[in-house]
Amino acid sequence: MRILGISALYHDSAAALLVDGKLVAAAQEERFSRKKHDAGFPQQAIDFCVRHAGLAFKDIDYVAFYDKPFLKFERLLETYLAFAPRGFTSFRMAIPVWLKEKLLQKTLLRDEMKRWIPDFDWHNKLLFGEHHQSHAASAFFPSPFERAAVLTMDGVGEWATTSLAMGEGSELQMVREIHFPHSLGLLYSAFTYYTGFKVNSGEYKVMGLAPYGEPRFKSTILDKLVDLKDDGSFRLNLEYFDYCTGLRMTNEKFDALFGGKPRKAEERLTQREMDLAASIQAVTEEVVLRLTRSVAQQTGARNLCLAGGVALNCVANGKVLREKVFDNIWVQPAAGDAGGAVGAAYAAYHGFCRQPRRVNGHLNAPQIDSMDGSYLGPEYAQPDIEARLQTAGARFETLPYDGMIETTAQALADEKAVGWFQGRMEFGPRALGGRSILGDPRSPSMQKTLNLKVKYRESFRPFAPSVLREDVSDWFDIDADSPYMLMVAPVVERRRRTMTADEQALFGIDKLNVPRSDIPAVTHVDYSARIQTVHRQTNPAYYDLISAFKAKTGCPVVVNTSFNVRGEPIVCTPEDAFRCFMGSEIEVLVVGNCVLLKEAQNPSLKRDYKGAFELD
Amino acid sequence: MWLIKELWSFMRVRKKYWLLPIIVVMVMLGALLVLTKTAIGPFIYTIF
Repeated sequence: MRILGISALYHDSAAALLVDGKLVAAAQEERFSRKKHDAGFPQQAIDFCVRHAGLAFKDIDYVAFYDKPFLKFERLLETYLAFAPRGFTSFRMAIPVWLKEKLLQKTLLRDEMKRWIPDFDWHNKLLFGEHHQSHAASAFFPSPFERAAVLTMDGVGEWATTSLAMGEGSELQMVREIHFPHSLGLLYSAFTYYTGFKVNSGEYKVMGLAPYGEPRFKSTILDKLVDLKDDGSFRLNLEYFDYCTGLRMTNEKFDALFGGKPRKAEERLTQREMDLAASIQAVTEEVVLRLTRSVAQQTGARNLCLAGGVALNCVANGKVLREKVFDNIWVQPAAGDAGGAVGAAYAAYHGFCRQPRRVNGHLNAPQIDSMDGSYLGPEYAQPDIEARLQTAGARFETLPYDGMIETTAQALADEKAVGWFQGRMEFGPRALGGRSILGDPRSPSMQKTLNLKVKYRESFRPFAPSVLREDVSDWFDIDADSPYMLMVAPVVERRRRTMTADEQALFGIDKLNVPRSDIPAVTHVDYSARIQTVHRQTNPAYYDLISAFKAKTGCPVVVNTSFNVRGEPIVCTPEDAFRCFMGSEIEVLVVGNCVLLKEAQNPSLKRDYKGAFELD
Repeated sequence: MWLIKELWSFMRVRKKYWLLPIIVVMVMLGALLVLTKTAIGPFIYTIF
């Protein structure tokens, strides 16, 4: 049975293909269209999934969409009614868009599918799942657990903003929900907006900014904005927010409470924004911890699955892990809306089609889930890579596998910034060693070089380490799998360096640039790190590379950041990788077995990449 | 016509017949807005 899952028309459009219960392909449209967070119909992603599986469109049994537009419309109408006449400005903007486009989504989907399959029986073959049901399905069905509690938290779906479900075998039962307008995701987004970042894309910047600040507004938030109960349920005080009726997240009363107007985008960051970030992060952790404690108590489950945009808050995830309320935690790597495509397909397969579930996917290893390391996107055969690079005008050397690994490990040990393009592209927002820029974590200057010269992004932002799974406890205070870079843990004490008072007083990048551990490039100012454990089963080439780097340096850790510049979607094809290489200060590019050195390239192919993409 | 049928069956399933007059008024008002000016995509995703 073949089920195509689609998440589209809001943000982060994606497609995923399930063949007889196995997830064979998944990709986000932005990687093909080169438009960050592309919300359009995921034509190219669907095309890739179907072709990758060697199928024709007529072979698809069902198409499953990840949410229900009419239920969203109902929420919209009831919200306007509840707040009338205050929401007229918002209404004036939203209703025409709904009437012209969004209410006609079923027609759009039907027409798009009919373009590929003229006799597509859309009455019976086009299925719609609820938004949080799709998130929950994406968290439970590919997880390595037979039984688990499933917690999903995001901005908003149809009505639900937080939901609890219980998964057992091929059954997934929704237990309870918190509804709009009370939303942890929207609360976090309100502070994202207020601190001058883009809603729905800048939230991870707020999380990265938090360790620079003190949570001095935490009690204000809990006293005035959030009525938080012991079991983690909550209600927001809507007097301070504008998102129900206006076009902003917060209002004047919110400004008065926190002592000023929202920061404008790209304005200088001050201690106030850092303290606000620290405060909302602390509140989020408090809510998530209370929710998970009560979920454990009520369900008796020993395993927890997480999804929804809030599940990308890896600092909160790390705290839940360290509390040991659950024996095991598994987070869907595409926890945001793109992952809804995977969830919709799984929900249709197990829920609608009543098909049995095989835990652990095809790898038959108990610790491995069914996401294949999230390497579910396109890959390119070596001859194809060479032909594509040649056409792009690249000058490269093709090495045998061992030579490629050795050369790359040496380049890393020489503190070079390395573009690393191997195997299948990752599904989800993180680069996991398929489309990554790598560096030496021991280098005190690597952080600055990567942020300012390679990625062209804000100086305060930290980088993440990839570490061999068997070595993770030697370097970080964690002994669990974190294959998707969704857990944060501190660097172990013995690898740390205590900062002096003068060093503590520094600000931003200056503070970050003071070496505070043996691996300063991946150690945040609070000694935390966003860890990716690397496993031989899911990414042998990356595992071999880090092993070779360890053999040379004694360090089983590399810096791993996504292969893109600020505002650009992660590279998808060898040509994208070459363009990014020529437009940034990446010094070495490794695509398959091809090694490219910057100094060997034709200088006329260099591009000014710095302003090429809209800032995120 | 298809849309009206779908909306009606949606209201039946959700047992929210009271939405009908609101939808009618809002659709009329919305149609007026569509006719009078170009729609601009709203910027906060809750209203999408």
